[in-house]
Amino acid sequence: MRRTTHAAALTAALLASMVGGASAQQAASQNTVHDPGAHGPASHEVYFGAVLFEKLEWGVGLNGVPNIARWDGQAWYGTDYDKVWIKTQGEVERGRRAENAEVQLLYSRLIGYFWDFQAGVRYDPRPRPDRTYGVIGIQGLAPGLFEVDLQGFVSERGDLSARLELSYDIYVTQRLVLQPNLEVNVAAQRVPELGVNSGFNDIEAGFRLRYEFTREVAPYIGVNYTRRFGEAAKYAREEGGKAEGVEFVSGIRLYF
Amino acid sequence: MAEVTLSRRKMLAAGIAALSAPALPEVALAQPAIGRSMPREFNLAIENVTLNITGAPRPAVAINRSVPAPVLHFREGEEVIINVANRLRESTSIHWHGLILPSGQDGVPGISDGFQGIAAGETHQYRFPLVQAGTYWYHSHSGVQEQAGMYGPLVIDPIRPDPYGYDRDYIITLSDWTDENPHRIIRNLKRDPGYYNYNKRTAASLANELARAPNGQAREAIIRDRMMWGDMRMDPTDIEDVTGYTFLVNGRTPEQNFTALYRPGETVRLRFINAGAMSHFDIRIPGLEMTVVQAHGNNVQPVAIDEFRIAPAETFDVLVRPTNGRQFQILAESMGRQGFASASLATRDGMPMLPLPPHRERPLLTMADMGGNYGPKGLDRGTPRPEVDRPGHIAPMEDMGGMDHSGMGHGSGQGGMQGMDHSTMPGMNHGRMPGMNHGAPARGAGARPSTTGTPAMDHSNMPGMDHSNMPGMGRSSSLASDPGFRLAAATLPIASVPGAGLFRLAQASQGSMQGMDHSNMPGMDHSSMPGMGQQGGQPPRQQRQPARPTQQSTPRRDQRGAAPSAADHSAMGHGAPGTGQVGQVDTSAASAHAGHGGMAPPDPFAVNTGAPPGTRVLTYRMLRALSNPYPVREPNRVIEIRLTGNMERYFWAINGNRFSEAQPIVLNLGERVRMRFINETMMSHPMHLHGVWMQPQVGNGAQNPLLHTVSVRPGSTLDVDVEADAEGGWAFHCHMLFHMETGMMRKVEIRRQPRVASHG
Repeated sequence: MRRTTHAAALTAALLASMVGGASAQQAASQNTVHDPGAHGPASHEVYFGAVLFEKLEWGVGLNGVPNIARWDGQAWYGTDYDKVWIKTQGEVERGRRAENAEVQLLYSRLIGYFWDFQAGVRYDPRPRPDRTYGVIGIQGLAPGLFEVDLQGFVSERGDLSARLELSYDIYVTQRLVLQPNLEVNVAAQRVPELGVNSGFNDIEAGFRLRYEFTREVAPYIGVNYTRRFGEAAKYAREEGGKAEGVEFVSGIRLYF
Repeated sequence: MAEVTLSRRKMLAAGIAALSAPALPEVALAQPAIGRSMPREFNLAIENVTLNITGAPRPAVAINRSVPAPVLHFREGEEVIINVANRLRESTSIHWHGLILPSGQDGVPGISDGFQGIAAGETHQYRFPLVQAGTYWYHSHSGVQEQAGMYGPLVIDPIRPDPYGYDRDYIITLSDWTDENPHRIIRNLKRDPGYYNYNKRTAASLANELARAPNGQAREAIIRDRMMWGDMRMDPTDIEDVTGYTFLVNGRTPEQNFTALYRPGETVRLRFINAGAMSHFDIRIPGLEMTVVQAHGNNVQPVAIDEFRIAPAETFDVLVRPTNGRQFQILAESMGRQGFASASLATRDGMPMLPLPPHRERPLLTMADMGGNYGPKGLDRGTPRPEVDRPGHIAPMEDMGGMDHSGMGHGSGQGGMQGMDHSTMPGMNHGRMPGMNHGAPARGAGARPSTTGTPAMDHSNMPGMDHSNMPGMGRSSSLASDPGFRLAAATLPIASVPGAGLFRLAQASQGSMQGMDHSNMPGMDHSSMPGMGQQGGQPPRQQRQPARPTQQSTPRRDQRGAAPSAADHSAMGHGAPGTGQVGQVDTSAASAHAGHGGMAPPDPFAVNTGAPPGTRVLTYRMLRALSNPYPVREPNRVIEIRLTGNMERYFWAINGNRFSEAQPIVLNLGERVRMRFINETMMSHPMHLHGVWMQPQVGNGAQNPLLHTVSVRPGSTLDVDVEADAEGGWAFHCHMLFHMETGMMRKVEIRRQPRVASHG
């Protein structure tokens, strides 16, 4: 219980510092038309940051799938080429502690027109036992306008795993956006204490329909389908969950 | 804090006082000069003010508490002293846009000789003689102050009267105002380049288009076009980066209706200045013909037009003759159709504005705007050390099939002309481009990527496509390794032939490229490309035409013709037999690359304002300088100025380097260089060079216009000659202010010492 609180606090603190950093800068620049760093025109690197919570949602499961709150966010700060990137995601079951939680701290470097190379560390306070991983990955926009985030992990124990996240924004109208997304987790070996399967672990696919009141604030509704495999499925069942399930989600996307 | 709140009324009063008169007495602004030999002195104070344009008071930066700043009215030949008091809490500067003056007076911090800006609380004295006349403007060159209100008109009366008469004289300063903080705008664009675009293509618009499509083929083309843009990860609706602007004429909204008075039968001079931060305007005065008499401060042969487009930082002076006493509407519609700036020509003041017309159709970018320009061309970049692109600047074009030059064996280091053998080019498939099917009834010739190794567009079968037969191709091989350049460079050595004009000889060499006549190539009809020629709403030209003589050097009556000519093979400079049109020299340079990429580049001078057929729209080609101080001579060298950037991350660059990571471009005092602008982006870039004139090679020879800002349209290639006759450091940048601010800027250094072997 305490560890969870810690993890949550850590996540919150990291994000808060990012948000705080960004908004402080913004506040400074908004008071007056003022450019403190500019002695020469455009001679300075522009530092900027952003915070994106792609998912802040509540899922209502069908057929005994438990109700789950979920978050998935990232924040970055830096220049056109070099940035510090924080990613976090996790799930909390109603009335229980966090089932999954992770935070990543990454260095990000622009290596191509559409692609960032990223490397850093990931810490998972949940599930227990907590784990630390090294992360390497690329993030960017693939042909067809697919948002791609591909990451490889090596844990402190030497276990290898990888994750692919794909999403696509279909603008139905100028403000109504349908976003299909897909997440796949694979691992190179079993990790019984974490319920990790060798090979495919889980697939999560969903559709989220958001309305962009502004680019910053966009509430959404959607459907989410999850399927776990092998050990991962077994683990889920032991925990009283299901290996496969559909849920309806509603939440808000925030982008500042 | 020296903040002054101005009521709107006060602001307007200031504006009116500054603008009321054809012959403005410099009240309070200037101190009287004692005798003609004394420099006249002007005082400007820069302050933070609160400005209310939209109903919400917002911080702004004003000169003498006025937005726009007061008119500076100078006289040619006099010397002026301008005292600029900085009452801001930050450094500032004033740049005199378009004026020919010593570098140290040019007012760009860190670039102009010995000038580091005007520190907070300080007063800086500018002093320079006025060696020119015409319409110019002045603005801050520090941070984001310009778009916050720090801009104003500057008019210099000529010593000898202008060769045209007029009864009234008005300044029309166009600008764009947003309540949003400029830093905030940059941040928004960097995290989401489509942040301000609420005209994206949507599923709804797709359904709409499909429903309106006449047949299955059209529907297929629509879908493939969408996929194509998706594959490129570009947005054809990305016309303007920033929206939310209120457009102003002399600081006034359309509702506030700035009115220029006239009496019927009078000739009125309108001095248009685009002081907008990010906005191009399409200008028309329904019911009146405009006669352009001056461009960028320089008199030109009068040319009658109906419409013109003005890029940021440009100025055009027109004469109009309203006769019947009615109220005319001066309409300046933003290129992205966000809104209008408007003013009135009327016989009395205080008339309500006429209702604004509906917006014209919003333009869409086309495949032609991609231009096939991508990648280094291997020319001199003008920098002291070799310069390489940083990664992330060049859009990957592998999805464009034949448009990927790097895969075509054109890369630098290619020795001989065999690199031009099209039969060795893989990936010449145009099949993925909708409408790029070269067989006119769709999809016959333009096939999918061939896995069998047979290129779909096997040029090796085309007789006469062997470029090595071109005369002069071998001689210039040392100039550049890029064949595309060679095609153009082939004309350069000719300059050394005594008594031979470049243009005539260039023609000769072109005329002898008979084998290049594309009209003989079956299935090379590009006219079926959507958007490649039909921007004016003209029906697709189905018939295959023999290459026609180009008419690029003569003003067209039908200015929509500019768009069709992009798809016209004659614009590729290959097929046209010598026509006596000097304009070909330019197009050969412009089209050399694209000809091999299989797609005609956009005509660099095309202006498509969406006007109905028959409308006369101004292009640079119509501008003929009345006087040119420079002899017609050959440039010493060609400098590659690739306009690059990353539209996805929103940063901009020149030759793959942002200002913060770039070297200066070094020119030798006294040399004439040809800057070859190659726009690799999908946006127009009005490129402004301080200190010296730019002469775009529009094909008018000695009458090529002298401009301080040259608008380079998406995907196009444009040659501009520069006489480096002003020593010192000069700023060189895109005048889209957020493009400049995020990196599309260079220092140009004109140095006295000549370099070895620079004269050829």
